[in-house]
Amino acid sequence: MAMLEVRDINVFFGVIQAIKNISFDVNQGEVVALIGANGAGKTTTLHTITGLLSAASGNIYLDGKDITKVPAHKIVGMGMAHVPEGRRVFASLSVYDNLKMGAYTRKDKKEIAQSLEMVFTEFPRLKERRNQVAGTLSGGEQQMLAMGRALMSKPRIILMDEPSMGLSPLYVDEIFKIISRIKKDGTTVLLVEQNANMALSVADRAYVLETGKIIIEGNANELLNDERVRKAYLGA
Amino acid sequence: MKFLSQLISGISLGSIYSLIALGYTMVYGIAKMLNFAHGDVIMIGGYVVYTACVTAGLPAAAGVLIAIVFCTVLGVAIERFAYKPLRSASSLAVLITAIGVSYLLQNVALLIFGSDTKSFSSVVSLEPVSLADGALVISGETIVTIIVSVIIMVALIVFINKTRPGKAMLAVSEDKGAAQLMGINVNGTIALTFAIGSGLAAVAGALLCSAYPALSPYTGAMPGIKAFVAAVFGGIGSIPGAMIGGILLGIIENLSKGYISSQLSDPIVFAVLIIVLLVKPTGLMGKKINEKV
Repeated sequence: MAMLEVRDINVFFGVIQAIKNISFDVNQGEVVALIGANGAGKTTTLHTITGLLSAASGNIYLDGKDITKVPAHKIVGMGMAHVPEGRRVFASLSVYDNLKMGAYTRKDKKEIAQSLEMVFTEFPRLKERRNQVAGTLSGGEQQMLAMGRALMSKPRIILMDEPSMGLSPLYVDEIFKIISRIKKDGTTVLLVEQNANMALSVADRAYVLETGKIIIEGNANELLNDERVRKAYLGA
Repeated sequence: MKFLSQLISGISLGSIYSLIALGYTMVYGIAKMLNFAHGDVIMIGGYVVYTACVTAGLPAAAGVLIAIVFCTVLGVAIERFAYKPLRSASSLAVLITAIGVSYLLQNVALLIFGSDTKSFSSVVSLEPVSLADGALVISGETIVTIIVSVIIMVALIVFINKTRPGKAMLAVSEDKGAAQLMGINVNGTIALTFAIGSGLAAVAGALLCSAYPALSPYTGAMPGIKAFVAAVFGGIGSIPGAMIGGILLGIIENLSKGYISSQLSDPIVFAVLIIVLLVKPTGLMGKKINEKV
């Protein structure tokens, strides 16, 4: 049984169908990438999984439990964190308060302090700027904060939406290194990216979305060499 | 001495505006809507105190407590039945609904209590304090209003910045979606905001009717509008803004009454608002976040 199973979901915006019968799996310990062009339905898929949007039909299972109708605010407590597109840190709160917000559903203060230490070790930059207001951080720092905030919930699976978007090449490298480390620590990752090259270099498996449908799936290595993927998404 | 006396009663009146403005500004910050029925919750609070104390003869403290509970429940019910179904509707639809709720509350009060003005008996039993050989007399209502307001405001600031539900309110006011991803129940947080705002309105109602002891179904309308002005004046969405805006408004209103003309005090208050908004469109303490992209 896969950790996250998505089965035949359909999502509509009014009369427009954004997601057409998508099914895929994410296994424990894997990094799975969803790649595709702008508007392919990648973000919509993530929003549907965490309950920010609801599917017209289909089911989503986390550890075998049907979470299709579970409201968004109950998802994080089940071990699934979501780093949203555009980072969406709480701009007027400090770095520290943003991180604390990530542990909102957790009760044990000692364990929260441990997670905070862990996040500060992973992102020394955030430790330096812990009292700074999040809105004044650079884009790359905000991305790190959004990832650190998600890690504060001690998730078993993290959904990441375009973590490299709008960042300088240096930060893009840094972000993908962090994703590999998150994987090494045993956390499962579902990664949405337009930067297919980078995504495939860090992922175990990938699904290619086009206008709301999965058109190709396979191991990341295979896809890196797949003629269609290379032509359409890798600029080769 | 006249100036000092006018200033102190201005601060007292302003404290009441602040308590009401807090309800406006918190609801705006979190639900992004203007709850124009908020002023009428004050009036309902006044009638509950009147019924409990004058009609049923309960002690003042019990009357105020009943009013707080009643208005808190009323505020949550208004949100649940009138505003929540419109969560994804246009803001114009919500605004019109809020005005509708305002008229509903006024007319329910009219139906139950009639249109005649009731003379309210003060919930404050403190004797006036006489200073400087009687040149400066401060009424018990003024003193209690200022003290109660300061306590409430300090408590509110601590609640919002230090407690879990308070921080959840901050997160929801900034980004509902991201707040949900943190595990925050947005609907619950909005309900809590209405509960707090309406509870404060009940306190404001009791204090207002004690200082100006005439109660009618329209009692809440003008203070409601003034408090809304105070919230905009201070920067709508900002809690310290509502506090400062309310107190400044009360001072300006009272000094205009005392030194210029009691008829012109309202136009002066609104003129000051217009000038502030021309110079600083976000209000005195309006949120201005430097966001890098």
